[in-house]
Amino acid sequence: MKLESKVPPGSLATKWTEYKSKMNLVAPNNKRRLEVIVVGTGLAGASAAATLGELGYHVKCFTFHDSPRRAHSIAAQGGINAAKNYQNDGDSVYRLFYDTIKGGDYRSREANVHRLAEVSRDIIDQCVAQGVPFAREYGGLLANRSFGGVLVSRTFYARGQTGQQLLIGAYQALSRQISLGTVQMYNRHEMLDLVKVDGKARGIIVRNLLDGKIERFAAHCVVLATGGYGNVFYLSTNAMGCNATAAWRSVRRGALMANPCFTQIHPTCIPVSGEYQSKLTLMSESLRNDGRVWVPKSVSDAKAIQKGEKNALDIAEGDRDYYLERRYPAFGNLVPRDVASRAAKVACDEGKGVAPTGLAVYLDFAEAIDRYGRARAHSRGIGNPTEAQVIELGEEIIRQKYGNLFQMYEKITGEDPYKMPMKIYPAVHYTMGGLWVDYNLETNVPGLFALGECNFSDHGANRLGASALMQGLADGYFVIPYTIGAFLSQEIRTPKFSTDLPEFAEAEKSVKDRIDRLMSTNGNQSVESFHRRLGKIMWEYCGMSRTAEGLKKGIDEIRALRKEYYEQVYVPGTKAEFNPELEKALRVADFLELGEVMMNDALNRNESCGGHFRYEYRTPEGEAKRDDDNYTYVAAWSWSEDGKILMYKEDLVFENVELKTRSYK
Amino acid sequence: MKINLKVWRQKDSKDKGHFETYPVEANEHMSFLEMMDVLNEDLLAQKKEPVAFEHDCREGICGACSLVIDGRPHGPQTGTTTCQLHMRHFKSGDTIIVEPWRANAFPVIKDLVVDRSSFDRVIQAGGYISVNTGQAQDGNAIPIEKGLASRSMDAAECIGCGACVAACPNGSAMLFTSAKVSHLGLLPQGKVEHVNRVRGMVAQMDKEGFGNCSNIEACEAECPKEISVVNIARMNRAYIGASIVEE
Repeated sequence: MKLESKVPPGSLATKWTEYKSKMNLVAPNNKRRLEVIVVGTGLAGASAAATLGELGYHVKCFTFHDSPRRAHSIAAQGGINAAKNYQNDGDSVYRLFYDTIKGGDYRSREANVHRLAEVSRDIIDQCVAQGVPFAREYGGLLANRSFGGVLVSRTFYARGQTGQQLLIGAYQALSRQISLGTVQMYNRHEMLDLVKVDGKARGIIVRNLLDGKIERFAAHCVVLATGGYGNVFYLSTNAMGCNATAAWRSVRRGALMANPCFTQIHPTCIPVSGEYQSKLTLMSESLRNDGRVWVPKSVSDAKAIQKGEKNALDIAEGDRDYYLERRYPAFGNLVPRDVASRAAKVACDEGKGVAPTGLAVYLDFAEAIDRYGRARAHSRGIGNPTEAQVIELGEEIIRQKYGNLFQMYEKITGEDPYKMPMKIYPAVHYTMGGLWVDYNLETNVPGLFALGECNFSDHGANRLGASALMQGLADGYFVIPYTIGAFLSQEIRTPKFSTDLPEFAEAEKSVKDRIDRLMSTNGNQSVESFHRRLGKIMWEYCGMSRTAEGLKKGIDEIRALRKEYYEQVYVPGTKAEFNPELEKALRVADFLELGEVMMNDALNRNESCGGHFRYEYRTPEGEAKRDDDNYTYVAAWSWSEDGKILMYKEDLVFENVELKTRSYK
Repeated sequence: MKINLKVWRQKDSKDKGHFETYPVEANEHMSFLEMMDVLNEDLLAQKKEPVAFEHDCREGICGACSLVIDGRPHGPQTGTTTCQLHMRHFKSGDTIIVEPWRANAFPVIKDLVVDRSSFDRVIQAGGYISVNTGQAQDGNAIPIEKGLASRSMDAAECIGCGACVAACPNGSAMLFTSAKVSHLGLLPQGKVEHVNRVRGMVAQMDKEGFGNCSNIEACEAECPKEISVVNIARMNRAYIGASIVEE
């Protein structure tokens, strides 16, 4: 199989515009007859469903949640990037494009990324018009802040709840289309299989989670916007329900999983506190604008902290190692996520971690509080402020900027981050890999599209902060509404599909067989216990640092665990009722296969790039060592019914950007 | 720490429902939902059906979690969702009573899970700004005063969990609805449809079977995002105004 990226000709800066103006359109009267299935209602899914509805397509939209508004996009905190250059600090579409390509360690497709940067500006306009209450300056204009890996200020935000506000905007646009009747919404319906007719995606099989009924839905094409697969690690910043089933089932039907080993470990999460832990909580990257990351210089100080004999305030300034500022003076605390995470791991591996587990570093705001306090005192005309005044004024500013994050930290840990530095540690956060798509966001299965985190296309081996929201909305509002026309314009004579076709019956039967198999196993171990064990294997061998030896071991362990799963899993209740354990069981079954593909991908990629760090491939200073001669390609994986794994390559061609060693020093 | 959990069990919407008591071995660092996970793992080990409860992000933003704990929606901590409540706020030996949201417009699906789709239909009745993708002007073309944007944001922080309804003796959705009305109505972009929005959303709210507001203000006290009842006053004002404006 040859993977055609279908990138249109022309210069990088103009090809999207030219392509749009020349592409085939679907007439309004035909749009009404064409049906589109959208699965997922996060930023990408909700914005796509709403926009396709506005265009006049007949849309059926599905979510496993009780409401479209619960999708995990809602939890994104920090912001959304856009090349508006409102700050006049030298930003441009090209710079956003370049930062994203470089941040992704040169493993993404130039044309897709440039398009993303182009439409980023429209997203902000659209969201403002929808009533998203972005932060404003005193003059009433939009405010910005900085994120890791860039030297400009291009991130738009709504307090620490940017994802929530953008999702509510998309949800409202979707709700409007639902009320207008262009979108039919199916809540609490989970996609469990893809249906292909004559090789094209023409429908899905879903389980109605309320009563367990298996239902068939047909359409002219299927759009997946079902998010990432970070929960394969069990512990992650993803929501408990995030899963890979829709995407994985599509792989089982012939789609390809691209670069699955590219997972993002986010440097600033609240550390694990015990075995019972169910998920990890992110502390927004925006905190690194003002927080300084450090560990004690000496292992003995660290040991004393781990035992509870000392705390952060007992460590004198000179005995602290602000290791990001030391190692990366140009970017300091704002290095990209992969770099910051690995540096934290190195510090903790040296024994300098600061929590009882030894797995945490400090994120300290004392200096920022002091700096802001003095500035505020000065602007208020307080000539010689006391220490207490400075702290009070400084904390006030920190509270305005990050108040809800500080509150969240205190709720979870019981510690006051105004007085005591936060303790943070890296955690699985985002998956850059995903379904392989071409320039039209269409997978190798004709008529099957993938948007947002669900696809692999824009972030390469590492995603920059505040770019996930940008990509989700770019794909949903401004890309798929055009590119879906390339497919649907060829389908205007295709009549509606009946769900009585044998292909639907076959897919429904395979779903029912999977459910029956899990329900009838009647073993002695809970789904959760298997998921935890899978997560430990993934984190151990396919986490922040990977080796060939470990990955081989990991593959064996996953296979053994998968076998055990089908012998030992216990799913209570019946299949014909509201049964959350059965939902989980189906999802974990798919994670158990996907995990193996991730390990294979990591094993195949004999280089270190972005979030993929192979211990064997590093520079003498311990930085990632890329191998552009041999690995400048997308690895897209198939999985056949008998568990055979095959890889297909799409070579990445860089015509506009010179491949360089990524340096943030 | 040893906790006695008195939990509402209800097989489906037709079942009458009853309380059952379970002992749970918890730890003060656990979140409340992690304690519920421990209970469910215990039940599964005994091949008993686990307690169904809704949860997802576990960081206080998705609005899925919805437990009435000791008579209070989201439990004893103010400004806190159930998922952010930690066991350090309880003592060993405590008996904790856990119930679902109870309101006419939120029928129980199973155990602690309720149907909140009525909220979606209230939003569909006008809780949006009618702008199609691609119709927007430059984001900076409409300057919005910082304080105004901030007040709009205060209302927009609503997570749609329904604690306000669960807290209200009348089962009223006035805080939820008025938060959306304020979020959009305060902004210049949302002003155009303000009157119709209020009319449509209030009519749908009534149709769904939510009760009236009698100024008890329990909604504000229990709201995990501490949304103010000032929003209700703002909506009432707009609603009365709407009654003397032609449709």
